[in-house]
Amino acid sequence: MSPKKRRRLYFAAAIVLASGGAAWLILGALKDNVIFFRSPTEVTALHVQPGVTFRIGGLVADHSVSHGSGAEIRFTVTDKRVTVPVVYRGVLPALFREGQGVVATGALDDAGTFQATDIMAKHDEKYMPPEVVQALKKSGEWQKGGGQ
Amino acid sequence: MTGELGQLSLCFALALSLVMANAGILGAKDANATARRIAHGAAMGFFVFIVLAFGALVYAYLVSDFSLRIVADDSTTLQPLLYKITAVWSNHEGSMLLWMLVMAFYTAAIALAGRGGPRLTSAALGVMGLLAAAFLLFILFTSSPFLRFDPAPFEGAGLNPLLQDPGAAMHPPMLYFGYVGLSASFAYAAAALILGGGDSENWSRAARPFMLVAWMALTCGIALGSWWAYYTLGWGGYWFWDAVENASLMPWLVATALLHSALATEMRGAFRSWTLLLAILAFSMSLIGTFLVRSGVITSVHSFASDPTRGFFILVLIGLAVGGALALFAWRAPSLQGGAAFKPESRETALLINNVLLVVALTVVFAGTLYPLALDALTGQKITVGAPFFAVFFIPLFILLMLLMPFGPRLGWYSADLKATARTLAPALGAAAVAAVTALVLASPRIATGIGAIAVAGWLIGGSAIDALRRKGARAAAFAAAIAHAGLGVSLLGIASTTVWRSEALVVVGPGEKLTVGPYTLRFDGVATVDGPNYKGSRATIDLMDGDAVTAVMHPELRIYAAGGQDLSVTAIRTTGLRDLKLVLGDDRGQGRWTLSAFVSPLAPLIWLGALVMALGGALSLFGRLRARAPEPKPAPAAVLAAE
Repeated sequence: MSPKKRRRLYFAAAIVLASGGAAWLILGALKDNVIFFRSPTEVTALHVQPGVTFRIGGLVADHSVSHGSGAEIRFTVTDKRVTVPVVYRGVLPALFREGQGVVATGALDDAGTFQATDIMAKHDEKYMPPEVVQALKKSGEWQKGGGQ
Repeated sequence: MTGELGQLSLCFALALSLVMANAGILGAKDANATARRIAHGAAMGFFVFIVLAFGALVYAYLVSDFSLRIVADDSTTLQPLLYKITAVWSNHEGSMLLWMLVMAFYTAAIALAGRGGPRLTSAALGVMGLLAAAFLLFILFTSSPFLRFDPAPFEGAGLNPLLQDPGAAMHPPMLYFGYVGLSASFAYAAAALILGGGDSENWSRAARPFMLVAWMALTCGIALGSWWAYYTLGWGGYWFWDAVENASLMPWLVATALLHSALATEMRGAFRSWTLLLAILAFSMSLIGTFLVRSGVITSVHSFASDPTRGFFILVLIGLAVGGALALFAWRAPSLQGGAAFKPESRETALLINNVLLVVALTVVFAGTLYPLALDALTGQKITVGAPFFAVFFIPLFILLMLLMPFGPRLGWYSADLKATARTLAPALGAAAVAAVTALVLASPRIATGIGAIAVAGWLIGGSAIDALRRKGARAAAFAAAIAHAGLGVSLLGIASTTVWRSEALVVVGPGEKLTVGPYTLRFDGVATVDGPNYKGSRATIDLMDGDAVTAVMHPELRIYAAGGQDLSVTAIRTTGLRDLKLVLGDDRGQGRWTLSAFVSPLAPLIWLGALVMALGGALSLFGRLRARAPEPKPAPAAVLAAE
C-alpha cells in the first residue's frame, strides 16, 4: 500500500468512526427531546402522566376563556369530544380566539390541568395547524374550512 | 392583459431555458463554439423574459388588478405603495416568481462574467438551464401567479398585517439571493464534473464570487428573519430552533463550510472532491429548505397557509437535482486529480477541522428538523423536537469552533509553525480575560456559562484583531477573514448575554401603577383608542421613570386590521445600543387594567450587528476578488493550480 493510499484509508476509517459516533449521540439525544402531540381525546385515552411535556392541539372552546389571578389565563381546548382545561401565564398571540385552532406546549399538573409554557402563534388567519386538523379528523368533527 | 403577457413570458422563458440547457451542455465540448454562443444568447433572453414576467406581476399589484387571484388575496387599493410591491412575494406563487427572478440574475451574471473560461461557463449555463426549466415547470403547472378571478372582486383582501413591515418585506428577497446563489455554485460544480479532468480545476475560483454573495445574503437574511421574530413576536426570544428557521440555517452552515473548503481547493488544490460535494450539498439544503417552508409539511411558529400538493413536486425536483448531481459526482469525481498533500500543522488542517465541525452541526440540525417528518411519514406519530436537543450539540460545537477560529488565518498553507502561531495569538487570551472580568463586574447574577461565553467572544474578537494588525498595509480583501470572524464574536456577545441575563416581567396593571423590570421602572398610564389608515388600535402609554421624572414614553399597541379582521400586536422597543427594553401589550382585563409583558435584553442589538459585520467581511473579500484579475500569490511552490 502506498503511503497516500494508507493515509486515505485512515482518513476514511476516521470519518466512518466519527460519523457513527455522532449518529449514535444524535439519535440518543433525539429520543430524550421528543415532544409528542396529543389531541384532547388522546390525553384522556392514553392517561398522559402529569409532568410529561407534550403539545396539545384543538380548538379553543367557545365561552371558555377566563382570567385567573394575576396575568393568568384559563381556557379549554377541545376536539369537540373531550375538553382539556389549560392555564397559561403570558401574553397570548394576537390571533388567539375562541373557536379557533390552537397548539400549546406544556404538561399536565396533578389536577389534570394543562400548564402551558407557550402557545403557538399563527401568522395567518387562514392557517390551521396541521395537528389540529388531524385531531379534528380523528374525532370526526372536521369539516373543510371548519373552525374558522 | 398584463397577466397574459406575464404568463406568455414565462412560457418563452421555459423554452429558452431548455435551449440554454441543451446548448450549454453541448458547448462544454471544445469544438462547439456555436453552441456556446446559442447558450449565451438563450441565457440573456431567459433573463429578459423572466424580468418581463416579474414586471407584469408587479404592475398588476401597482394598479390593483384584482382580476388576478393573488393580487386580490394579498393587496388592497388602500395598501401603502411599498407594501403593494412587497406583497408580490408574500404568497407562494409570487415568491416562486421572485425565486426565478433571482435565478435569472445569477444566470445572466454567469453568462456575462464568463469566469473560468468559455467551456466551464457554457456547462454552468447548461446546468442553470436545467434547473430553471424544472422550476418554471413547477411554477406553470402548480403555482402560476397569473390565474384570474371572474368576475374580479371590487376590493382585495389585503396583505397579512404581520407582513406589512420593512423587515418582513425584505426578508424573502435576501434569503432567495442566498438560496439561489448556491444554485450558481452548484452549477459550476456540476459543470466542472461535466468537463472533468484538468479543464475543471478552476471552477472553485470561478464560482467564488457567487458563493460569497450567496453566503452574505444568507447571513443577512437569517439575521433579518431573527430580528423580525424578535421585535414582532410577543416573546423575549429571537431564535426558536423552529423548522422554518432551521431551513435557512442549514444552507448557511454548508455555505460556510463551502467557502472555507473552496479556499483550500483554489489556493492549494486540496479537498477537490470534497469541495464539489459541498457545493452540491449546499444547494440541496436550499432546495430542502424551500420544500420545508413551501410544502406545509411542518408545524412552525412561522407557518403561513400552504399547499401540501406542491410538496410532492418539490420533492421530485430535489430528487432529480441532487440525485443527478451525485450520480455525476460518483461517475466523474474519480477522474479528477487527487488532493494536494499537506502537513498536519497547516491551514489545510484548520480548514478541515472547520468543515468537520460545520458538517456535524449541519447533521444535528438536519436530524432534529427532519426526524419529526420521517416519524410522521412512517408511523403517523406527530412530534416535535425540543430546543434543548439543538442547544446541547450546537453550543459545544460552536464554542469549539470559535476557540479554534483565530488560528486558521494565522497558519500558513502546507506547513505551519503551531507554537509560533500560539505565541502570536497569546494577547487574545488577555482580551478574553478582560471580557470575562468585565462580565464578572457588570453582570448579576454571575452565571459561569455566560461569563465563559463572553470570554470566548473576547478571545475570538481579540484573535481576529491580532490577525488584522499583522496584515497592516495589505489589500482590503486580506482583512476579510478577520472581520467575518470578529463578527461571529460580536454576535456571540449578544447571544450569550440575552440568553443568560435577560429579565422579564409579566403583570396586570391599572392606570398609574408602577412596575420594575431589570434596571427599569415603568409607569402604566392607560390605553387609548387610535384610528390608523387601515386599522383600529388600542395604544398603551407607558412612562420610563427615573425617580419621579419621566425620561421616555413608550407605546406598545394592539391593532385590528379592517381587511380580514386580523389582529396584530405591535411591540415597543427602546434600545440604548447596549440594552433593549421591549414591551408587549396583552389583553384587556377590564376597568382600565391590562396585561403587560416586559423584557430587558442586555447586548441584544449585538446579535444582528455581528451578522452585519460578518457580511461586511464577505463583502471585502468579494470586492477584492472582482477588482484583482490576477491570481493571488501562492506561498508554497508545489502543486499550485494552473492560473486562469
